[in-house]
Amino acid sequence: MSMNLEREKAPLPIVDLAPVKSSMLTKILYGGMVVSMLAAFYFIFMYAEVEKTMGAVQKIFYMHVPSAWVAFLAFFVTFVFSILFLIKRKRVYDTYAYVSAEIGVVFTAIVLTTGPIWAKSSWNTWWAWEPRLTTTLILFFLFMAYLMVRQMDGVWDKKARLAAVFGIIGFADVPIVFFAIRWWQSKFHPIVFGDGPSQEGGGIAPSMLVALLVTIAAFTFLYAYILHKGVSFENMKIKVGHYKEKLREKLEN
Amino acid sequence: MIEIKKLTKQADNKLILRGIDLSITQGETVAILGQNGAGKSTLLKVLATLIKPTSGLVKINGLDLKKDHIEVKKMFGYLPHSSLLYDHNTPLENLVFFGNLYGVKDVENRARKLVNDVGLSFFINEPVKNFSRGMIQRIAIARAIIHEPKIMLLDEPHTGLDQGAITILNNVVLSMKEKGCTTLMVTHDFKQAAAICDRIIIVKNGKIADDFKINSQSLSLVSEKYQVLVEGGS
Amino acid sequence: MLRAALTIAKKDIYSELRTKQVLGTMIIFAGLVILVLSFAFDPANNTTKAVIPGAVWIIIVFSGILGLNRSLVSEQRNETMHGLMVAPMDASSIYLGKFMANFSMILIVEIVSIPFLFLLFDFKITGSILYFILVLFVGSFGFIAIGTFLAALASNSKSSEMLLPLLLFPMTSPVLIGVTQATKIILTNMEKLSTALSWMQLVAAYDVIFFVLCFLLIEYVLEV
Ligand SMILES: Nc1ncnc2c1ncn2[C@@H]1O[C@H](COP(=O)(O)OP(=O)(O)O)[C@@H](O)[C@H]1O
Ligand SMILES: [Mg+2]
Repeated sequence: MSMNLEREKAPLPIVDLAPVKSSMLTKILYGGMVVSMLAAFYFIFMYAEVEKTMGAVQKIFYMHVPSAWVAFLAFFVTFVFSILFLIKRKRVYDTYAYVSAEIGVVFTAIVLTTGPIWAKSSWNTWWAWEPRLTTTLILFFLFMAYLMVRQMDGVWDKKARLAAVFGIIGFADVPIVFFAIRWWQSKFHPIVFGDGPSQEGGGIAPSMLVALLVTIAAFTFLYAYILHKGVSFENMKIKVGHYKEKLREKLEN
Repeated sequence: MIEIKKLTKQADNKLILRGIDLSITQGETVAILGQNGAGKSTLLKVLATLIKPTSGLVKINGLDLKKDHIEVKKMFGYLPHSSLLYDHNTPLENLVFFGNLYGVKDVENRARKLVNDVGLSFFINEPVKNFSRGMIQRIAIARAIIHEPKIMLLDEPHTGLDQGAITILNNVVLSMKEKGCTTLMVTHDFKQAAAICDRIIIVKNGKIADDFKINSQSLSLVSEKYQVLVEGGS
Repeated sequence: MLRAALTIAKKDIYSELRTKQVLGTMIIFAGLVILVLSFAFDPANNTTKAVIPGAVWIIIVFSGILGLNRSLVSEQRNETMHGLMVAPMDASSIYLGKFMANFSMILIVEIVSIPFLFLLFDFKITGSILYFILVLFVGSFGFIAIGTFLAALASNSKSSEMLLPLLLFPMTSPVLIGVTQATKIILTNMEKLSTALSWMQLVAAYDVIFFVLCFLLIEYVLEV
């Protein structure tokens, strides 16, 4: 017995714990995000004119639309990485899909809170069953369902596989949802919403459009940065899990 | 007949199988021994195409496990821990259903004959849910061989069986062997292993620790080796 | 492939007809939904007639979800699902078999419960029964196709009966929008039949797209 103990003392693993270098990509994303965010603030509050009828509340529009854009982008990224995962079965693809979905939930939540504020001041009702807003609501539920699939118990590759499948059919569902809702609602509000690609596109002032585009760019950077950070964080968690398992094995044998 | 090369399986961060190399020729009856959690059931599940391996190669008669999965599945008769039977249905219905899935000809007669062979002809029209563990296991064995498989994968088939049932099971394995059937059998029952198998594989910690042939009935050799490898420390 | 699927569907329907567990539960549940609807919307009131076309789908969706969950969870007892998976067929055959069984089951529930609903609410169809049957068919098809798939996905969870509605409702929202609109027109206002037909086309397109997708992806769901 004592012999055994003696023998097992030595080979405790010297774990390679090199500090995680902040890579070039992180720096670029971080810089881009900070710069574009500052620019966005300038354009929103200094450059863009104040809307005549709605006043300052209209500024929420610069939060609302880019968030919606990021939410859809996030779901698209989840979709792409889900397909990649099913083909290649590499864990990092799954991590990207997962982190992107988590970000997507946050941004759909932003859309769903700013939307009613906008609706209240613009159409004097808290919620309009307007196609884009309703689609975002369903998107939110789909994201939530996706995360629920991730919450299942079991080994990661099973959860990842099922979540990937759900991510794919969920994304395929979104355009049909949008189309169905638009069609459903167009009968009731045909004039207010029209069927052009952007309801705001009609009456928007050029300065507002510029501010909007800058904000969208800023939000895209923000998204990319959070995604990148989130993925490195998840990867670290996975690594720690590996080390723990290795250590446990060493202790057992 | 079965070629396994560098087979590994990982679940979460744990390696369950860590590099299995195994080659089994037709007609062999192989017993797989090892402690609980050694990875024996996992090995059988990989072979039965239930679990995808993380890496490695498995060939059955030169056929690829994934690409030719339908052909390969036809050759296997798989008996896991659970019975794979529908509780509400009778033995006959269960056997006919699975026989149909395998495309067995004249399935009803074949099913009746098998129920007779495992000694349950009195209960052929009783729902399986009223059966005892041993009776269920007998029907489960019949289910596994309904399509006359070329390879049997049996996972602890002896547990919970009385003497009569063990004899029936051994006879099934031996008669299948006469027809040229290959058998892989996970078991903790050394006596049965020594009685009907002609090769023993000891799995330890996801690897093959020993692999040897035995002549008939050399029970002491098996337990001796097992003691040395598994229980006698590392 | 079709042979294996039919074998599975036959097995499911046959054992259901004997035990009548799921089907009975679904029909009783449909009856209860009708009862609750009668509390919520006064049957004596004439304006209530407007909610009947929607009520048809509430019944189908809620009783359908019970059956969907059961049809895959029941394969976990004794791990019979593994028995199907080691049998020589593609995963899509299992899906197809389960789909056919669930689809027949929901059709039976519809045949029993919808006349009952119309009777209790004294609802007179002013539209076309033929088109009504068609829309029931198209809508149930889509709902059950995606429902069977998601039930297979959810059955991996211990609390699948809670997970399934969360997955299924947002996913089938286009079908539900489409069929409720179409049903309303067909039952009460046949002049706008062309709108109803285009709704049915939308739902049919959804059915096709998702049936194919489910067919392709079921293999990844039914891995152990
Ligand atoms: N689905 C799974 N997820 C995680 N670990 C598993 C899973 N299946 C088996 N294992 C682990 O794999 C090891 C081998 O299991 P198994 O093959 O059933 O062993 P045996 O049949 O030899 O007793 C066990 O330690 C078990 O905990
Ligand atoms: Mg085991």
